[in-house]
Amino acid sequence: MNTFHIAVYVENKYGVLTRVTSMFTRRGFNIDALTVGETESPAYSRITITLTGDAHLCEQVVSQLHKLHNVKKVEMMESETIKRVLMLIKVRNAADTRADILSAVEVYRAKVIDYTADAMCIEITGEPTKIDAFIKLMMPFGVLEMCRTGVVALDRGEKTLLGH
Amino acid sequence: MKMTGAEIIVNTLIEQGVTDVFGYPGGQVLNIYDALYKYQDKINHVLTAHEQGASHAADGYSRATGKVGVCIATSGPGATNLVTGIATAMLDSVPMVAITGNVPCSLIGKDSFQEVDITGITMPITKHNYFVSSVDDLADTIREAFSIAKSGRPGPVLIDVPKDVQIATAEYVPQAVVEKAPLPKASDEEIAEAIRMISEAKRPYLYIGGGAAGLGMGADVVAFAEKIDAYIGCTFMGLSAISDKCPRFLGMQGMHGHYASSMAQKEADLIVALGVRFSDRATGNVQKYARGAKILQIDPDYAEINKNVQVDFGICADLGDTFARIASACEATTRPAWCEQVEALKEKEKQIDAEAERRNKAPLPPHAVFDIINEKKPAGTVIATDVGQHQMWTAQYASFDRPRRFVSSGGLGTMGFGLGAAIGAQVGSNSPTVLITGDGSFGMNLHELATAVSYNIPVVVVLMNNGVLGMVRQWQTLFFGRRYSNTVLARKTDFVKLAEAFGAIGLRATTREEFASAFDTALVANGPVVIDTLIDQDEFVLPMLPPGGSIDDIITAKEEQA
Repeated sequence: MNTFHIAVYVENKYGVLTRVTSMFTRRGFNIDALTVGETESPAYSRITITLTGDAHLCEQVVSQLHKLHNVKKVEMMESETIKRVLMLIKVRNAADTRADILSAVEVYRAKVIDYTADAMCIEITGEPTKIDAFIKLMMPFGVLEMCRTGVVALDRGEKTLLGH
Repeated sequence: MKMTGAEIIVNTLIEQGVTDVFGYPGGQVLNIYDALYKYQDKINHVLTAHEQGASHAADGYSRATGKVGVCIATSGPGATNLVTGIATAMLDSVPMVAITGNVPCSLIGKDSFQEVDITGITMPITKHNYFVSSVDDLADTIREAFSIAKSGRPGPVLIDVPKDVQIATAEYVPQAVVEKAPLPKASDEEIAEAIRMISEAKRPYLYIGGGAAGLGMGADVVAFAEKIDAYIGCTFMGLSAISDKCPRFLGMQGMHGHYASSMAQKEADLIVALGVRFSDRATGNVQKYARGAKILQIDPDYAEINKNVQVDFGICADLGDTFARIASACEATTRPAWCEQVEALKEKEKQIDAEAERRNKAPLPPHAVFDIINEKKPAGTVIATDVGQHQMWTAQYASFDRPRRFVSSGGLGTMGFGLGAAIGAQVGSNSPTVLITGDGSFGMNLHELATAVSYNIPVVVVLMNNGVLGMVRQWQTLFFGRRYSNTVLARKTDFVKLAEAFGAIGLRATTREEFASAFDTALVANGPVVIDTLIDQDEFVLPMLPPGGSIDDIITAKEEQA
């Protein structure tokens, strides 16, 4: 079982996200995470889907996505792809833990974006594994709430999804 | 030319070569029906008794003609009544365009009267669907829908048109009929690899499905089988692509397939799969399927390659072109050992069948019904079915003399499909049409008899009446200790009187002689006839591969299990 990231270029039209997610439901494929947003062209949106499975499952997902009429391009992202996750995490702010939290923020190149007497909210971006490690580090300090995006990913160099 | 949206819909249908549509009017399609009235000399509308019947009729029309079938329904319940028919077309890759009306855009999302999100509902059962919010997009949307429906692997497309879009006006400029989008061609390397696999094979089995049947490839496949000394088997959806009189053709394989066809597939060392999707009903237990064979699969749908069965080599390309290139480049060869092996299987099948027929003492056994139909039916007869035992007997026993003459719901297995589909097939093909049905299936949509009578559509309904849901009963007999839960119909319906009440001819047959005589009468009746054909409630469909089993578990005789 591996984690795969699939980039999907779709027409920016009413109901397209539903078409994509409904295909997953219908075929019994499980989505770990999904992000969707604007692209360099207003006519298209880009969806990045993260899923866990074997190569056969991944191949099926890609080919089923290809069949959707509004899908223009599907590509399995390679392992050296640039991947980023954004997370906001709210941690209890206490006198005895404050220094440790702030030094972790420093080391992880995260940012404190809200700070009150009782809590601080930290913004962090990075590879999914970095985010996981940061969460683990924060757990003992008392995580009050957290919110993370799915993966967004782009190929390195000049290579683009549509130009590929 | 300025036109209303409703007129644009009808004109675009006419422009796309549509001559017949099936449907049912209602509040949100009044404008479309008004346009159909206006253009009635150019387009024929068949009013069915129920929208489901219209969807099956459009499907049957398409299966019998190869054209895109079209059905129309109003919003809400009209649209939801199409759902079973659309799903049926989807599972069997039948090109269809369904047009529904909806409430005006200003009322969308307000739970208005007869409002339903039909694009949301049909998303997983259409190839694509549309909600048209501007009259300016209407004509091009319909054209795109036709292109999607018939291109690549065909399928149904739904277009939902709110009432205000039907009323609004726009410029309409006629365009040419949209062509099928071209499919990728196989590379020379792929063709070479396919040829290598075929030339290395000692026991090749050409396996044709709905994809090959839809392209009318039967004759080419037979010629190729003769050239390389191979045998041909088919899936349920591949039936009628090849005449059953062809000595190379072993018939359907799978759960209720012919013994020789299923066994030859098991004994083959190469299966050349042409437009098949390896459905569970065809493969049985996939872990045990075709273990001794390599599989070469050619299909235009990339997602079908390795979906259900891992193949040794898959080519995703234009099926007709790829096959033609392989067939012309393969060297002619003989495989006498393989022929001997398959001929022995055919001999064994004959013995099994003869023994089963000898043991069956019923006054009207199912195979006898088909012997009579096969002997008497005119050339080019379309045979439609519903779903159940009668359907499998049709697949096993019915004789087909040309492609597109078998109209049956394979993938979805829709009971109630038959009568609507037979009506559509008759309208489209103008050929003699026989519907083989059962008392269970017929009961689901028999109101379409009214349609057949209204339009005097000469469909001969052979109602194989055993008073039970025979296929489910067969499973209960074999696997549920004869606990016949809710499969004994015990209805008091008199189907002869019922046919007469609808204005059709009703006949009854309890013996071979009575059936032969009734069938003769029906063929010359020039209108719908129902033959209430009484058969025994404990007839079995055999052979059978038990669910989850493989060809090794084949049941060929009733006594082994019963």
